[in-house]
Amino acid sequence: MRMLINVPETVVADALRGIAAAHPELTVDVENRVVVRRDAPVAGKVALVSGGGSGHEPLHAGFVGPGMLSAACPGEVFTSPVPDQMVRAAAAVDSGEGVLFVVKNYTGDVLNFEMAAELADEEGVRVAQVLVDDDIAVSDSLYTAGRRGTGATLFVEKIAGAAADEGAPLDRVAALARRVNESSRSFGVALSSVTTPAKGSPTFDLPAGELELGVGIHGEPGRERRAMMTSGEIADYAVNAVLDDLRPGGPVLVLVNGMGSTPLLELYGFNAEVQRVLAERGVVAARTLVGNYVTSLDMAGCSVTLCQADEELVRLWDAPVQTPALRWGR
Amino acid sequence: MLDAAFFHRWMTTVTALVDREAERLTELDSAIGDADHGSNLRRGFTAVSAALEKEPQQTPGAVLALAGRQLISTVGGASGPLYGTLLRRTGKALGDAPAVTADELAQALGTGVAAVAQLGGARAGDKTMLDALLPAVDALGTSFAAGREAALAGAEATVPLQARKGRASYLGERSIGHQDPGAASAALLMAALADTEDTAGGAA
Repeated sequence: MRMLINVPETVVADALRGIAAAHPELTVDVENRVVVRRDAPVAGKVALVSGGGSGHEPLHAGFVGPGMLSAACPGEVFTSPVPDQMVRAAAAVDSGEGVLFVVKNYTGDVLNFEMAAELADEEGVRVAQVLVDDDIAVSDSLYTAGRRGTGATLFVEKIAGAAADEGAPLDRVAALARRVNESSRSFGVALSSVTTPAKGSPTFDLPAGELELGVGIHGEPGRERRAMMTSGEIADYAVNAVLDDLRPGGPVLVLVNGMGSTPLLELYGFNAEVQRVLAERGVVAARTLVGNYVTSLDMAGCSVTLCQADEELVRLWDAPVQTPALRWGR
Repeated sequence: MLDAAFFHRWMTTVTALVDREAERLTELDSAIGDADHGSNLRRGFTAVSAALEKEPQQTPGAVLALAGRQLISTVGGASGPLYGTLLRRTGKALGDAPAVTADELAQALGTGVAAVAQLGGARAGDKTMLDALLPAVDALGTSFAAGREAALAGAEATVPLQARKGRASYLGERSIGHQDPGAASAALLMAALADTEDTAGGAA
């Protein structure tokens, strides 16, 4: 496997040094792995801190900036960050109005953020949490760790970030973040396995000519394997699965997300099929975003996330944002 | 009696064992997880050994508490908080006694394992580290060697189970047929305890 790295042990630190060089508007603490918007803490505003394993870029460091996250804590590749990172981030961004932790539903992320929330509280930082669990490929039962957090993380971070920017108090920002999560569902498809730098060979074996339906963003297997399908067939499967679960009663925000090594040519073509299925089901796409936002290293494939959006959510989605990976309205 | 030096050696021995077995742990994890358990634990225990070298502790409880804090601060994932809690809570249960008996350690480990079960919300048979730790704690009353054997057997017994907790739970039935990497690493922790006793010439 050929990778553009030095050694597996330094990939995260190396990437952070590169982010720092490209984005002087961010403060990047490479040693402690905390990325903070340079003007933090912003007086009178609730702060948003997110984090999770690395390997999903631009999630989360790419979403730090006005209108979205105040800070991000990247963990090792596919490994949640440690509580020290989150406590440090929270302390750096808290203006006294409190901090919202955006947590994806994976056992490691949940445990580390819970420990961090306790520690931050002891240091006098008011913390609220939102747990993102939008992936319908996983049945949410007593017998699993619950649904995974995937593409909806972007909707939660953007919309809650906009509300915080407007000066909404912590309980209101947290309630809004939870509403966005509850209004969102995702479904992912893998056309190839992911390869982590630590292992250096594919994590799972996906024979040529097959695809994995319902895959997670760490290459976790999903519902089933099938013979390769066309873009239109995949859109039929994925969008219908999401709509059957979400049952939106109005317009939706659409995220057509690439997993890392599927080109935009294919993603845009796939989006055309997604829009066709939505139209067939009579669902209006209020806004659509296409690109690689919640990736899985070098995995080929895509995911679809829909968020049922009322006027307020659409307005907050449209609000200005200025981050390395997402920027509009300024 | 087991003194702080014994516990320090236990941690050094785990570090060496995890270092040696890291690739096997990662291989187990790539079958049903995300292929990082070995490298994550290696990073954590390397930090534990370095911290104990830098700040030698005077009591068994303090050795384990420092080790647990280091794991929480360096491992990440689910293993960091779970192993960190195991060692921290075991250390806390040992109090500030300058030396403890094997029975006292077994009891304290029981407290630590219970804390792990509470934190992770898992039970016996969920295909987690508990499937190695629970039988090991029961067997420690007999001897550390019995604890090692029970943990190893417990880890091997996770192979036919379906995972109900952690990332492997997303595989459902496809997790069957693979050993749980957390149970495998927990067996290393217990093996290191028995190894430490052996090199101490049966100090317990």
